[in-house]
Amino acid sequence: MAAAPGAAVLPPSEVLNRALLASVFVIAACGLVYELIAAAASTYLLGDSITQFSVVIGVYLAAMGVGSWASRHVVSGIVSRFIDIELMIAVVGGFSAALMFLSFAWMGTGFRVVLYGLVVLVGILVGLEIPLVMRILKERLGFRDLVAQVLTFDYLGALAVSIAFPLLLAPRLGLIRTAFLFGILNAVVALWAVWLFRAQLRRPVAAASRCAAVLVALVAGFVSAENLTRLAEDQIYADQIVHAETSRGQRIVLTRWRDDLRLYLNGNLQFSSLDEYRYHEALVHPGLAAAPHARRALVLGGGDGLALREVLRYPQIESVTLVDLDPAITRLFADAPPLRALNADSLNSPKVTVVNADAFVWLEQSRDQFDFVVVDFPDPSNHSLGKLYTASFYAMLKRRLSARGMAVIQSTSPLYARRSFWCVVTTLESVGFEATPYHALVPSFGEWGFIIASNAPYAPPERYPFGLRFVTPEIHPALFRFPKDMARVPAEVNRLNNQALVGYFESEWRRGPSE
Amino acid sequence: MDRRDFLGAGAAVVAAGWSGGCARSRATVPPGELLSTGHALGHGLRDGGLPAPGESRKVRVAIVGAGVSGLSAAWRLRRAGFEDFEILELEGRPGGNARSGANDVSPYPWGAHYIPLPTREARATRLLLAELGVLRGDPDDPTPRFDERALCQAPQDRHFRLGTWEEGLVPLAGRTKAETDEWHRFHDRMQAFKAMRGRDGRRAFAIPVDFSSRDPALAALDRVTMREWLLAEGFRSEAVHWLVNYACRDDYGCAHRDVSAWAGIHYFASRDAQARDADPEAVLTWPDGIGFVVRGMVERLGLRATPDALVYRVEEGPREARLGVYLAREKRSVEIRAEHVVWAAPLGFLARAHADPSPGKEAGGEVSLSGLARAWTYAPWLTANLTLSEPPYVHHGAPLSWDNVIVDSDSLGYVVATHQGVATRPGPTVLTWYLPLSGGSPAEGRQRLLSATREQWAGAALADLAKPHPEIGSITKRIDVFANGHAMVRPVPGLIWGEARRNLLARRGRVHLAHADASGISIFEEANDRGVQAAEAVLAALGERGQSVRWAGS
Repeated sequence: MAAAPGAAVLPPSEVLNRALLASVFVIAACGLVYELIAAAASTYLLGDSITQFSVVIGVYLAAMGVGSWASRHVVSGIVSRFIDIELMIAVVGGFSAALMFLSFAWMGTGFRVVLYGLVVLVGILVGLEIPLVMRILKERLGFRDLVAQVLTFDYLGALAVSIAFPLLLAPRLGLIRTAFLFGILNAVVALWAVWLFRAQLRRPVAAASRCAAVLVALVAGFVSAENLTRLAEDQIYADQIVHAETSRGQRIVLTRWRDDLRLYLNGNLQFSSLDEYRYHEALVHPGLAAAPHARRALVLGGGDGLALREVLRYPQIESVTLVDLDPAITRLFADAPPLRALNADSLNSPKVTVVNADAFVWLEQSRDQFDFVVVDFPDPSNHSLGKLYTASFYAMLKRRLSARGMAVIQSTSPLYARRSFWCVVTTLESVGFEATPYHALVPSFGEWGFIIASNAPYAPPERYPFGLRFVTPEIHPALFRFPKDMARVPAEVNRLNNQALVGYFESEWRRGPSE
Repeated sequence: MDRRDFLGAGAAVVAAGWSGGCARSRATVPPGELLSTGHALGHGLRDGGLPAPGESRKVRVAIVGAGVSGLSAAWRLRRAGFEDFEILELEGRPGGNARSGANDVSPYPWGAHYIPLPTREARATRLLLAELGVLRGDPDDPTPRFDERALCQAPQDRHFRLGTWEEGLVPLAGRTKAETDEWHRFHDRMQAFKAMRGRDGRRAFAIPVDFSSRDPALAALDRVTMREWLLAEGFRSEAVHWLVNYACRDDYGCAHRDVSAWAGIHYFASRDAQARDADPEAVLTWPDGIGFVVRGMVERLGLRATPDALVYRVEEGPREARLGVYLAREKRSVEIRAEHVVWAAPLGFLARAHADPSPGKEAGGEVSLSGLARAWTYAPWLTANLTLSEPPYVHHGAPLSWDNVIVDSDSLGYVVATHQGVATRPGPTVLTWYLPLSGGSPAEGRQRLLSATREQWAGAALADLAKPHPEIGSITKRIDVFANGHAMVRPVPGLIWGEARRNLLARRGRVHLAHADASGISIFEEANDRGVQAAEAVLAALGERGQSVRWAGS
């Protein structure tokens, strides 16, 4: 678009018109994209998409109305005002997503103020912009053509972006980078306008350098969007944490997301309050309901008191010993009101004795006999934990079990870690146990496996306690049937001197379900 | 000491100063004690000046030494129902080379720390382990079962090389195909030796050594060094030489350029034991090394030893042997007259204490004990036990194992005392760091060993361990050091199948040599079998009839 020296101060009107209409297209696309970003970000952060989208769109349209109304107060230097507004949109819109995430992360409830502040501001600026373009074009087009063409490009821009946003922009670039990208487009339009109207502007160089400064800032933002996202999300995760401490080398993190309480130990999910009943009912009842003679019970691991809660449903249980390594866990679940509500205050039951000790060491020194034992250890993800799944450990367990006693062992996923699961079965059998495997679906974990270890063959219970939500006599047979993809595979006996299970477990969780 | 070793040792001590950090001087290594053998007593023997015996008493059998061989002899006597014996021990407590210690964190070894799966020929060892509940079922079962708790837990070993830990002990990562191929050729060669039998039908390389073939073609391997043999067989790669040298330093306390090829090959070709539920490479170990077996013999079998007892004179008469014994606790000497003496202490002590009729050749063509004993040389060792507030951090590579070897080091690396525990949460631990002073001659090594202070050796241990564990200085709370000038016999060329040992074993009299020195290899099974053999010789001489518990056939 080079203008020869001494040529007309204005570019040929046809070219100018097209350029202005093209910028309408871009402006319209940008306007809509900020609206979508605001709605998507608030949905992402606050949930409830219908509310977020309709409120954001409503406020945005209203703000545009305010902007359009305000445009009548712009009387002189329209081109110059247009460029300024365009740059303001570039800055506010371009940084909008980043600002929203960061404010959510740091301000918590103040987030809504920032969100609607941004929506209103961008709405007003975009509302100002279209009337100004129309007024610039008014000189060159008849009213009929003006309205037809401006609105056509306005709607086309909106169409393009509304299709590109969910399919391309949000998934590929993410919200923060999309916002920066469109901010850059706004700034480019402004720069273009400076070039087109350089003869009309009083200080075109100053305007161009303002455009350049804005462009640099936006490009920088675009490039470092990854860091901004991480910064914001780290902060978001931290804000969700209800409780965090490090005890005996173990990192305990309790998070809440609405009514979902989750416990993480060293970053591994231990339970989600939404579906833990499935896990703990499946862990305890198929065994304990089939042992009506049981009076003395032992829970190894399970310091959250949730397995204990299920054990205490049986009135004939006279005493339960709970052995968990970490006093911080048992203290937390015995003291914190929401957790006591979750475990039905099981840790404070007069029947319960809590021991904070290493389970293997404790079992070795114990001389007590138990009728029912719940073995609820973390998965065998390292050699230390692998010791709790060895023939040595199970031989010791067998010695602590009364003649008609029974134990149940959580044994990782028979679907994702099939050989690991059957390795535990094989190991239990190697020390003379009858091993009866079963499984249950726990959404937070996936398909999960358990094994009943007993001296005599296992017989299903005649009835289950009242009030269970998952385990019932009707579904009982299904729990004990293994489909083809979880059927038995040969595995070595896991011993202290081979730690075969740790090897299986590592390779299987890396790979996913087997054929 | 050759130059490289000397520079290495100097560098280690200097580096120890560095590792202490700029803020700490070398004098502030963590606290600890310096232990040594009862060498004051031993030197008393050399210098004389001990009080004359004030009383004389009789015992049918005197056992000198409460290490593995002496305790094994007592165990064998008691097994035969024979109780009239007394064990005399130079140190304050039994154990010898299987000595161990303990602190608040864990028991830990000071010396020998494992027993490989016992071969069928090591029948006495199998029987003993069965009595201690370690071997389950029939001791003669070709593939017996062992107590899972006594088998070394996985992961058993790893080595540190090129900045990372690799599983196992064979340093093959990043080697060329030629080097890897050479390693496999070496391995195949050793497997062939393992399966080989001599012309006399015996296994070429057996544990105990006594059950090995006497085939002269095999015994010829005892005339060259292991290094010479490797080179003659075309093994030149660094990987093979490192591993063989490591094995020699580990088991014999001296380099492969000093060890006889027969002994060097024996390390790789003698261990053919199988076990149910365990790899053939499995070993038996306890937090205090093989202190468990010593305790088992002492406590569970009710064996007692007289501590701090120095046998400074041995006279072999026609009807009895007279021992001059200095009881250091009571500061007096006694004479013990015994029908038989089981000598379960190093041969050097016997040579000094024994009143030979005359030095040189005796009438029967026999050489005097002191003349014979010159063929036995001993390797100096340094052991450091480091008490840590937490286990060493695994930055990357193979996880912390029982045996952790640093390839680029004069040390043998370290074993972890708490490895055999069953606690799940990592906590404080004790590392036992081994350094055979194998650089030069044993005398030079001893000079070096005894001239450095505990602080210097503690600093050298820290500097060595800082290579894989930069944080070691900050987590080490205590370093106890044990300097053992005569830790084990060196199986140099000519010792095992040479004239001196043949003459020694042919010796007849009232003193029966039970120590592993009689085998030329200082390992548990040899000490145990020698003790049992001496006890059975005593029983036979006393007219006690009974079946041998030693290996009887192939």
